[in-house]
Amino acid sequence: MPAVSKGDGMRGLAVFISDIRNCKSKEAEIKRINKELANIRSKFKGDKALDGYSKKKYVCKLLFIFLLGHDIDFGHMEAVNLLSSNKYTEKQIGYLFISVLVNSNSELIRLINNAIKNDLSSRNPTFMCLALHCIANVGSREMAEAFASEIPRILVAGDTMDSVKQSAALCLLRLYKTSPDLVLMGEWTSRVVHLLNDQHMGVVTAAISLITCLSQKNPDEFKTCVSLAVSRLSRIVSSASTDLQDYTYYFVPAPWLSCKLLRLLQCYPPPEDGAVKGRLVECLETILNKAQEPPKSKKVQHSNAKNAILFEAISLIIHYDSEPNLLVRACNQLGQFLQHRETNLRYLALESMCTLASSEFSHEAVKTHIETVINALKTERDVSVRQRAADLLYAMCDRSNAKQIVAEMLSYLETADYSIREEMVLKVAILAEKYAVDYSWYVDTILNLIRIAGDYVSEEVWYRVIQIVINRDDVQGYAAKTVFEALQAPACHENMVKVGGYILGEFGNLIAGDPRSSPLVQFNLLHSKFHLCSVPTRALLLSAYIKFINLFPETKATIQEVLRCDSQIRNSDVELQQRAVEYLKLSSIASTDVLATVLEEMPPFPERESSILAKLKKKKGPGAVSVTELEDGKRESGELNGSGERGQDAAAMAASNASTPSPSADLLGIRSAAPVNAAPASAGSLLVDVFSEVGPAAPSGAVNDDGFLRFVCKNNGVLFENQLLQIGIKSEYRQNLGRMYLFYGNKTSVQFASFSTTVSCPGELQNQLNVQSKPVEPLVEGGAQIQQVLNIECLTDFSDAPLLNIKFRYGGALQNLTLKLPVTINKFFQPTEMASQDFFQRWKQLSQPQQEAQKIFKANHSMDTEVIKAKLLGLGMALLDNVDPNPENYVCAGVVQTKSQQVGCLLRLEPNAQAQVPVPAAGLPSL
Amino acid sequence: MFIFMLLFSRQGKLRLQKWYVPLSDKEKKKITRELVQTVLARKPKMCSFLEWRDLKIVYKRYASLYFCCAIEDQDNELITLEIIHRYVELLDKYFGSVCELDIIFNFEKAYFILDEFLLGGEAQETSKKNVLKAIEQADLLQEVRPAPLKP
Repeated sequence: MPAVSKGDGMRGLAVFISDIRNCKSKEAEIKRINKELANIRSKFKGDKALDGYSKKKYVCKLLFIFLLGHDIDFGHMEAVNLLSSNKYTEKQIGYLFISVLVNSNSELIRLINNAIKNDLSSRNPTFMCLALHCIANVGSREMAEAFASEIPRILVAGDTMDSVKQSAALCLLRLYKTSPDLVLMGEWTSRVVHLLNDQHMGVVTAAISLITCLSQKNPDEFKTCVSLAVSRLSRIVSSASTDLQDYTYYFVPAPWLSCKLLRLLQCYPPPEDGAVKGRLVECLETILNKAQEPPKSKKVQHSNAKNAILFEAISLIIHYDSEPNLLVRACNQLGQFLQHRETNLRYLALESMCTLASSEFSHEAVKTHIETVINALKTERDVSVRQRAADLLYAMCDRSNAKQIVAEMLSYLETADYSIREEMVLKVAILAEKYAVDYSWYVDTILNLIRIAGDYVSEEVWYRVIQIVINRDDVQGYAAKTVFEALQAPACHENMVKVGGYILGEFGNLIAGDPRSSPLVQFNLLHSKFHLCSVPTRALLLSAYIKFINLFPETKATIQEVLRCDSQIRNSDVELQQRAVEYLKLSSIASTDVLATVLEEMPPFPERESSILAKLKKKKGPGAVSVTELEDGKRESGELNGSGERGQDAAAMAASNASTPSPSADLLGIRSAAPVNAAPASAGSLLVDVFSEVGPAAPSGAVNDDGFLRFVCKNNGVLFENQLLQIGIKSEYRQNLGRMYLFYGNKTSVQFASFSTTVSCPGELQNQLNVQSKPVEPLVEGGAQIQQVLNIECLTDFSDAPLLNIKFRYGGALQNLTLKLPVTINKFFQPTEMASQDFFQRWKQLSQPQQEAQKIFKANHSMDTEVIKAKLLGLGMALLDNVDPNPENYVCAGVVQTKSQQVGCLLRLEPNAQAQVPVPAAGLPSL
Repeated sequence: MFIFMLLFSRQGKLRLQKWYVPLSDKEKKKITRELVQTVLARKPKMCSFLEWRDLKIVYKRYASLYFCCAIEDQDNELITLEIIHRYVELLDKYFGSVCELDIIFNFEKAYFILDEFLLGGEAQETSKKNVLKAIEQADLLQEVRPAPLKP
């Protein structure tokens, strides 16, 4: 039984809760709950009208059951009834139920809104607060529609009670967050800013959250809040600890309000007015000074509240980034916290210092704490603190301390928690590259990385080391020597074999002079790892072997022997088999000159942003990196392999490319320069295929037609979607005219700028199709959707599709996207009904070769009658019943409407279900 | 801004949940399960903050109950810890040395107190006296029809 039964006890509820607690098993609990649910249901359904108390009790029981994790699908109506009770506790329980179990049932929302409206106009502050709490808790769009204009009035009215103002401010904040378009700025906005001056601290506390949010979105309209906030802050900071009475918390005056004021100031640049600025700097100095004073209480609450303000002040100092004196003081203060006995403070100090490290004024000051941070990385018992230490080391790293930091991070990696290893590996790889003075150090670092944490070294990392070695000839010999040594280890990671295979294949000759690493020794060393490796690595090694034949003719016989053995040329993996066969042939047929050209050293890679950096950004969350950067990373990886591997997106973009990209890394890297005719006939076709993929497809020039085919038989749907943008389509066609509505939805929370779209009809299409569009708004707010209408006129028959090009800026990066618009000739079909005799007479007339087309194809999906019918109807023709003597066949007729002429069309589809290979025949257009 | 607040026991039983952003029931259950597990697995001396998805988690244990809040990236962790503490103080004062059982049997009161203190994920009233005054006034209203107050 309850220890306390304050207010209105509901005995039935307490008994029920006790019963549940006494249940010995989950089954017993469920049984008890089901019994109760049945009881409540019958009570609600019963003829006898329930009194308010019982209703409240049962609604409360339902709530309890819901909170235990069970679904509740009734009782909403009874809860809504309680809202209009004139007994406070009944109303209160009704509102609680609605707040916890919102239902988008529109019928109920209307009733709920009605009840809220009554309470808001009751002038009873307690009822008004309840209603406002409910709006703030539910915050649905319907509520915003109903109350968004009413609440600002309540908030700024002179006669509103303080407690109601507080609720109204936060209620409005919630509505503004869910439906910013419905909360209109107006005369009330300036009065809201002045709530910062309100005598009641509670009103200021509530209002400032609203003001901060509004300022972020409309900084100019609210900029008067800066001086008000500074003077309020100044008054709090300089007040004695007892001045603010109940708003003083463990001897700290108004800590919550202070933090919020400092937070609000971070929405703006430093104040221009000298007096205001002077006052603010004074406040910040006072806060920093207070941190040095002896604590007024030993309680952790006291130090937490005090330090909360301190950290918020430091955030503001970092935000301004203009007061060197304050920045250095902040850094020293954080330095003290780095060795504090409170884990929480150490954690926050490390976190906060990370941002200080990027300021030019405090970077050097942060660096002085390097030993403490390294120590934290080694000794902190909590992984989340160690993670912060690693982040800080990364942030404070520069040319002067890179070697030390990278060494420490590498040694930490040996024992690091699995959860953070991948990120650590990326960071080490980035620092090593960024601050490499001599590249031998870089190569050593990456090879160490692979040795220590090979499993966490992603492709980007080992691709990158190869790119750098290829591009810098001063390090190639050293790299070859070092990988050769690394490969001597009895157990070495597969990533090491990949790097080793690639580098020795390219630069093995640089160390071949030493008898200890003669060509045969190198080959035997690589080949000793071959059988332990996965297919892609083995494919890479095979390519290294053929490169060896070119580099060292003396190894030719040995390597040919290896290639010739059954386990290679008859390998069950098609990629390996193909490589073995082709390389064997290539090495035996091609002359030395040809071989030397085909297997020439890789040309330098174009310089660009490190793919590793892109990967790190990606790890930090999808919002942090633009699509272009990700695509870059993919392209880069594709390029490293010369021709083979490619990201799926890129593959989709290179739609014109019929050949399937090779799934494994291709070391050959032959470009268009390679002599095709030198290759033996058997290998020729493959090589040609490989050659046809010349370099990566440039994303701007390529057309994405992923969604295109899906729209042949339908008019509405989502044409395109990626992380940023969604494009929906609605279209309608009549005769030779069409109208298409395009909906561009911004999926991010960030505005798209310079948004523009163009529709073009390439080549002949411009004489066949007329597409007109109006320009769109250049700004698309985060989460918003804009619409564009296209008017389409079909002049004559056509086969290409118009292209839609979309450009916009997202977080500074230009996005460029081209899509095929699903305008196909069949959209201008008009269905035609005709009788069987009619149909076949016309069918026979269409006998000339240019008048018919026939195609036999395999069904990709099961041939369900209804699905096929729906597809054919979607094509736009009339589906004719009882025309074909064979009822299994489908027969359609239609007329294509163009401006210049009308073209009649007949179609027959003959599915062949038995053979699982349908043989449909289609008689196609007649002129 | 607070994204949500969860109260759960050492055994992982959820005692109170408050969500300040709209989420599906399924999503709520998933988040709860994941967080309860994560927090219960942490040792006593560990720090009270952790990164989770793109949010910060701030938690603190009081006797058998864990109070666990999710806040946004730019929010202040220490002040959040003290929000939790103030809520505990409010419960303590209202129930008179609160224990887990009080919250189980009077969950609706725990909700009412929370609503007076935090609304829409932001602090509405931080004065202990004022919050308790509002709750006590409401308790007095219980079965009598309140006369409309003059503005």
